[in-house]
Amino acid sequence: MPPRASPLARARASDPALTGGRFDVAVIGAGIVGCALARRLTLDGARVVVLEQAAEVLDGASKGNSGLLHTGFDAPEGSLELDCIKAGHAEYQDIRERLNLPLIRSAALVLAWTEEEAAALPGLMNQAQANGVSDVQPLDRAALLALEPGLAPSVQAGFRVPGEAIIDPWSAAHAYLLQALENGAVLLRGCEVTGGRHDGADWQLDTPRGRVTAGLVINAAGNYGDIVDQRLIGRTDFTLRPRKGQFVVYDKPAAALAGHILLPVPTKTTKGVVVCRTIWGNLLVGPTAEDQDERATATLVPAALEALKARGAAILPGLAQQKVTAIYAGLRPATQFKDYQIRKHEQAYITVGGIRSTGLTAALGIARHVAGLIEAPWQPVKDPAWPRMPMLAEDGPRDWQSANNGGILCHCEKVTRREIEAALTGPLAAQTLAGLKRRTRVTMGRCQGFYCTADLAEVTRGRLVRPMTGQDDGA
Amino acid sequence: MAHDLPAECDVAIIGAGPAGLAAAAELRACGAGRVIVLDREPEAGGIPRHCNHPPYGLREYHRLMRGPVYAARLVQDAWASGAQIFPGATVTALHAGPRLTVSTASGVQEILAQRVLIATGVRESTRAERLIGGTKPGGVLSTGALQGLVHLKGMQPFQRPVLLGSELVAFSALLTCRKAGVRPVAMVEPGPRATARWPAALLPRMLGVPLHLNTDLVAILGEDRVREVVLRGPDGTERSLAADGVIVSGRFVPEATLLRMGHLEVDPGSGGPVVDQFGRCSDPAYFAAGNLLRPVETAGWSWCEGQRAGRAITASLRGALPPPGGGLRVVAEGAALKYVLPQRLVARGCGAGAGDLLQLRVTQPVKGRLVVTRDGAELWSGQIDTRPERRLTVPIAALPVGETGTLTVRIEERTR
Repeated sequence: MPPRASPLARARASDPALTGGRFDVAVIGAGIVGCALARRLTLDGARVVVLEQAAEVLDGASKGNSGLLHTGFDAPEGSLELDCIKAGHAEYQDIRERLNLPLIRSAALVLAWTEEEAAALPGLMNQAQANGVSDVQPLDRAALLALEPGLAPSVQAGFRVPGEAIIDPWSAAHAYLLQALENGAVLLRGCEVTGGRHDGADWQLDTPRGRVTAGLVINAAGNYGDIVDQRLIGRTDFTLRPRKGQFVVYDKPAAALAGHILLPVPTKTTKGVVVCRTIWGNLLVGPTAEDQDERATATLVPAALEALKARGAAILPGLAQQKVTAIYAGLRPATQFKDYQIRKHEQAYITVGGIRSTGLTAALGIARHVAGLIEAPWQPVKDPAWPRMPMLAEDGPRDWQSANNGGILCHCEKVTRREIEAALTGPLAAQTLAGLKRRTRVTMGRCQGFYCTADLAEVTRGRLVRPMTGQDDGA
Repeated sequence: MAHDLPAECDVAIIGAGPAGLAAAAELRACGAGRVIVLDREPEAGGIPRHCNHPPYGLREYHRLMRGPVYAARLVQDAWASGAQIFPGATVTALHAGPRLTVSTASGVQEILAQRVLIATGVRESTRAERLIGGTKPGGVLSTGALQGLVHLKGMQPFQRPVLLGSELVAFSALLTCRKAGVRPVAMVEPGPRATARWPAALLPRMLGVPLHLNTDLVAILGEDRVREVVLRGPDGTERSLAADGVIVSGRFVPEATLLRMGHLEVDPGSGGPVVDQFGRCSDPAYFAAGNLLRPVETAGWSWCEGQRAGRAITASLRGALPPPGGGLRVVAEGAALKYVLPQRLVARGCGAGAGDLLQLRVTQPVKGRLVVTRDGAELWSGQIDTRPERRLTVPIAALPVGETGTLTVRIEERTR
């Protein structure tokens, strides 16, 4: 058998960027925002190329978040962030069934644990009203405990936000990007934009994969947004200081402890520690909010994780007996400004920066907002393709429940061999183990690869940019 | 090999490791009808399949065997008895009835049984459960995953890993490393002594692997591969050690999620089901055996429990077991005791299958007197000098089986 070319080598051989094609738009960064932008502009008729520096998409800020679809009830009044959250929330609900994306309409409870926090509740409810979220309901202690019997009885008061929901943060982004790809967009991974210039007509972008020509550049580089601005237009309007968020994920039996998303009264700097189910049937506690200078690495700190466990058990006492399945840390692209930093510059260049924790919800709205900034001669795609994503939500329907699935390989998350095979093929085939995990959930359950690492290493042999040597790969 | 799962059977066994396979063979030898063994792995045999070293089989076959040979022999014996083994069949839910939901490559189906034996074993606890800090590079493995890669797939995931833990399984990991040409840079144990007994504890020195006691692994660092680990020594100072992998070994936990998601009562101490001396669960149509009951015993011990469960289930099918409720409750008291099982002792049954020992484990090294009381009256006591993960037992024959009440087991520590 001839040796199999690595995925990157195969991609390079057919690199359209090297054959001199011109794109209407180059989107820098394949995080949730870049994926939504690629989808919107492709459907609007643009020829789009997505340039991602990492070997895999969703590898920066978008790899670690809470997986929530927000209503914007607590967003700053009159902000661009609020507009984008509301538009994004609405569009997600419009398109999710066609893309086979899950949604748990869990609603959220905002909980006050001290008198001071209780005093802040009326203001928050007024803000929700002002933000157009008119269905919030105040609840006293007894009503809260009736709704959520697992809550610590020391809860004082709160209110319910019916529109807050739980989604699959990775399948959503993959769906947006895949729809772009299936309708003509091009994705180049391992393709950092190292420089570039506008020649009066077009942008010429330098990348390790060759020169990319595009009429318009959109910077959606997440934690690297200010650096990309500096590289391409020689200035930036903001400085990024990534905010680290650590999370603790509990095993699936813990999900029975809380039906609602449990939110604290937010502070000026953070929405605070959330306790909620995940779409995959686990229970999540996090994030912390720790500003740092380091952009690439989010380090897990045992003391912070212990503190999260203690906080979780203070909110839901039953959590003390539950088992931890996973720990992770993410970096949200915080700037010195509270609102999003979306700006159209001269020279056909748009910066989409400072998109923090609400980016998952707002991405589709951000994409619409950015599309509105562009005077484009394009014609919308007629009858676009609508990919259907693999359903990974715990309440399914899942592949393991259907015939000819090849058998379950990852037992904790019930991932079938057919699902893994599908994730390793197609226009958005996984190139790293982390990418495969986000597409399938493989090894992400309670045993963290004790049972399935060997089988998975065999299935993925020669098909990832780095061979598998454990259940993580740093990506 | 059988392919089509039946819709009904007399006894369904979940897990084709030493306990499940021993039970299957014993059930058939006792005259049970249709006995099926379901295992989610592609091959039956359980954990010994990838433990490519002795000592297995002494108790069962009176000779020293390597794990894979032993596993193959167990499978062969179960088949020869007339039990049917179905690998690649994952039980996804337990229901009253008893009724099982099972997923195979052909999709989902249900199986009705007269009795069910759960023998799903244990796994090592993960880096996440231990809240080890740092980043998440490649090259962090449990012993189980390491042995799967090395023995089943012929891969070498790293060259100079750090080995965390000093239970017996850590020495199994050392043997696996030796076989794969991997030389651990250090063995790290948070406690003051190696957990495993002599002579296993001599192995690191024989292999030239430094053993660091009273040392915590606080962080794993690296990008796509492990680059270094951070160790905190007995004096509290931290230092880094270059390594290209980490083996996170031991601290076993029962693979009991099916129980936690279902209707059977779970003991927070053992992490396994609450059972009586017959291995009967809170739903008396369900039985449990092997390491699912508790972390962790040898394959031979689990095999014996499987045999006993086979006899107990036979008696149960004949209506020869005492009623499941009532009897004595057995509880562990104090922080030094991790668990005691069985958690219930009912009247003696006519027919075999009862376990004859209370099994206990301690949470810390302890010397003193182990005492069993009821209503303040001492029923049994014994001197102990033990450490975590070591076998500790009380003879059930010394206890008032058949009576009611609560038996309390506790340790009176000798003051030093």
